[in-house]
Amino acid sequence: MITVISLDLTDLGIAAGLLILDAGLSIWLGLKLERRLMIAAVRMVLQLLMIALVLKGLFALASPAWTGLAALVMILFAGREAMARQDRRFLGLWGYGLGTTAMLTASALVTVFALTTQVRPDPWFDPRYAIPMLGMILGNTMTGVSLGLNALSSGAWTERRGIEAQLALGANRWEAMRGVGRKAMTTALTPIVNSMSASGIVFLPGMMTGQILAGVDPLEAVKYQILIMFLIAGRTGFGSVVAVYGGIARLTDARHRLRLDRLAPAKD
Amino acid sequence: MLEIQNLRRHKLEPVDLTVQAGHCIAVTGPSGSGKTLFLRAVADLDPNEGTVRLNGIERNDILGPDWRRKVTYVPADPAWWGDTVGPHFTDIAAAEPYLEAMGLSADAFDWPIDRLSTGERQRLGLARALALSPDCLLLDEPTSGLDETSRSQVEILISSHLTQGGVALMVTHDLAQARRLAALSLRFENAHHELMPL
Repeated sequence: MITVISLDLTDLGIAAGLLILDAGLSIWLGLKLERRLMIAAVRMVLQLLMIALVLKGLFALASPAWTGLAALVMILFAGREAMARQDRRFLGLWGYGLGTTAMLTASALVTVFALTTQVRPDPWFDPRYAIPMLGMILGNTMTGVSLGLNALSSGAWTERRGIEAQLALGANRWEAMRGVGRKAMTTALTPIVNSMSASGIVFLPGMMTGQILAGVDPLEAVKYQILIMFLIAGRTGFGSVVAVYGGIARLTDARHRLRLDRLAPAKD
Repeated sequence: MLEIQNLRRHKLEPVDLTVQAGHCIAVTGPSGSGKTLFLRAVADLDPNEGTVRLNGIERNDILGPDWRRKVTYVPADPAWWGDTVGPHFTDIAAAEPYLEAMGLSADAFDWPIDRLSTGERQRLGLARALALSPDCLLLDEPTSGLDETSRSQVEILISSHLTQGGVALMVTHDLAQARRLAALSLRFENAHHELMPL
């Protein structure tokens, strides 16, 4: 039987002491970061405690409807986060819808795919597997999608003269936006490519480390990690393609004109 | 023949204009009066409404890129998206005669973009458009950055385009140049316009 070393409040308090030390350093050096550090730390603690309670409830219910609802709420929050990270976001519903749709198609599909064909819990929607897997895939897909969309809208703005010159010479919108689209896709995929390259040498991924700390055999933990990495890489690519090419379609129109009027002004 | 009926867009009152084959209309008026907006609307580069036909073909009956290969807009300061000149041309062989006519050697295709002078950019931008053999040229101050010799070379190329049955709309602040190439002027002022003899 697996034995887990349970942590008590003193253990967490000692770890929090390190953060208080950082805050003290910030005050001493006049960095004015102490307030932000503390707010982020309190947010993290509250959010994690809340999700722990939610997960406990979900695990006890093991209901497909409640599991689905939790997944939907996670995806909608991810869509909002992705939109908030844009320097020049798309105006109207597109600002929220583009990233959310990309993540919905990418993350939900791949989670269902992995649950039904690889992990195969019983029942397949078992929230103990479904919610953590969706969370990990969604977190990484959100990073890729938001980076890709941001690179696309910023790139289209800074390179607008070159794009319009190509359109004026008879290029279609996909040809004219190819360079910006390629850069956006590279930006979207860079974190996961770096993560895969450095895994196991530079850092031990969180999921695998968590499982090992919980007493799982390292080989089993690594197998789960490899599966998750493949799923994340595959879906970040798919989600980014949906977001970037959907974004190109929105930044141009049926007459193959550049439509930067569909972007909000840049944030300060 | 280029036929423009009720062409309107933001910051521009409706324009009706017919340009016969082989003719150029000079587009004149103070800076900021809407000349460039007008050319961009004809090229369908910005949202606009109205009917524009070239040799009987209505632009909405063909794809935007096909229209712009026939009705090609050349800005005053052409933009570039690659590192060297060559990749900006779809047909190098078709462009070579135009480079030669404007006093540029064939090795210009290897030149780095960031080392081009204003005049070289302007002439290469025009060559890039002419190499597409458009039926209508929309020229936005095509010689504003050129010396007298280069300006004459460009004007000869525009005349040659007209002689071959093409049409042109040319924004210019140079009245003498307008008179050399066009018989009529479409003058913009305070968002209004008027067609008048030169």
